[in-house]
Amino acid sequence: MTEWKPVASVANLKARAQLLADIRAFFAARKVMEVETPLLCQFGGTDPYIQPVTADYQGPGFPDGQMFFLQTSPEFAMKRLLAAGAGDIYQITKAFRQGERGSLHNPEFSMIEWYRLGFDHHALMDEVDTLLQQTIGMPKGKRMTYETYFMSTVGVNPFTADDGQLWQVLEQHEVNLSVHPAKLSRDDVLNLISTHLIEPQLGFDAPCFVYDFPASMAALAKIRRGDGQTPDVAERFEVYVCGMELANGFNELSDSVEQAARFESQRQDRVAQGFLDVAPDSRLIAALAQGLPECAGVALGFDRLLMLQLGAHSIDEVVSFTIDRA
Amino acid sequence: MLDGDPCSIIENEFVKPGKGQAFNRVKLRNLKTGRVLEKTFKSGETVDGADVADVEMQYLYADGDRWHFMDQSSFEQHEIPKNIMGEATKWIRENDICMVTLYNGAPLSVVPPSFVELKIVETDPGIRGDTSGGGGKPATLETGAVVRVPLFVQTGEVVRVDTRTGDYMSRAKE
Repeated sequence: MTEWKPVASVANLKARAQLLADIRAFFAARKVMEVETPLLCQFGGTDPYIQPVTADYQGPGFPDGQMFFLQTSPEFAMKRLLAAGAGDIYQITKAFRQGERGSLHNPEFSMIEWYRLGFDHHALMDEVDTLLQQTIGMPKGKRMTYETYFMSTVGVNPFTADDGQLWQVLEQHEVNLSVHPAKLSRDDVLNLISTHLIEPQLGFDAPCFVYDFPASMAALAKIRRGDGQTPDVAERFEVYVCGMELANGFNELSDSVEQAARFESQRQDRVAQGFLDVAPDSRLIAALAQGLPECAGVALGFDRLLMLQLGAHSIDEVVSFTIDRA
Repeated sequence: MLDGDPCSIIENEFVKPGKGQAFNRVKLRNLKTGRVLEKTFKSGETVDGADVADVEMQYLYADGDRWHFMDQSSFEQHEIPKNIMGEATKWIRENDICMVTLYNGAPLSVVPPSFVELKIVETDPGIRGDTSGGGGKPATLETGAVVRVPLFVQTGEVVRVDTRTGDYMSRAKE
């Protein structure tokens, strides 16, 4: 019977404690305030590709019991703090995602999320780069647009290539799918090319910052309209290190009307795909209507950051107890 | 079951961008052909399970192209054709225990014991005084298999062989 034992070594757990302290020191030096927001939430995210874990609560205020969502990201609550005038904020928190388990995933994981007022996504990329250099000794990162990210590796333009050309990339590289790519969305196909063919080769000499995504992948980022020659792009960035997705950031959408429309469209997508219907967070919409300061925000996987520092190949090496031992 | 053939899963990697559809990148071995292939499934997709079982069987005898085995637990006898026997024929003697994979009750593949001890029926005489055997020499075993053995090993001796690699391990202790 060894199932009582932690999956990570005690030495790695000590490194984890030190890295938490280093991250907190990094933000303290920059006068970014640490906050905590609820893990049990009345509203969930509408992203059709992120499934929540739910929990039932009954008590004062909820006499008949109510289903709560374990947060999939602290983003909505932190934006309500920003609208209330909290200023620059960060937190290191647990997030929960149904069904996500693998060498880079545990359904309960730790993320560092922070927001900087007056920053756009480029200024925030600078700060993420500095954090990686100062806390885990990474070399200075490289930048490229999402367009270059595709053009320089698989040789197709993700904005202008037709669907057939994208399918051909998968076929040429012998990505053998269980369904015909016509049954997937264009974004799914772009993601497959990215996760199967590009990401695994990326960020080994230095962190790779990829920015200006297709507008269809905007999520909660601002969209910058093209001029006819150039396409609309989402002011979003991703950071890849050693073949792994490490962080995702946005120049944050502050328009409450557009945000409400995106939530509604995602909600319909969720229902069409047979996932749990999640009501859009009306409190976030109300906060945005009140006024979100211009800001950029980013979520960075803390467990993965520690994996990079220790040269670990699995999340199991850096957390005390994974779901199977929880 | 994949495209009508039973497969075993060698590796199953969960692939999911923070914002995007989850996939599983699965490495499979086709149990009929032995070929390894990679396939990407949408997470949550299902395929039919194959009725495949590994059973220990004792090799009884061969007549022409058919090899006869007995299931060690049910005592049921199976005839296995040469094409399914594959490499196993090179290594086994009567009464040896093999691992036979059954698919819908019919033999699909045969794996011999990892280590076998077999007598050398023919090899060149070694050079006197050579005890280490730098390059070695070929030796034909009683089952017909040919392995490289050190120069000091002689005809009539029994040697231990790793059937997975076909490598000589040591002289067997009689």
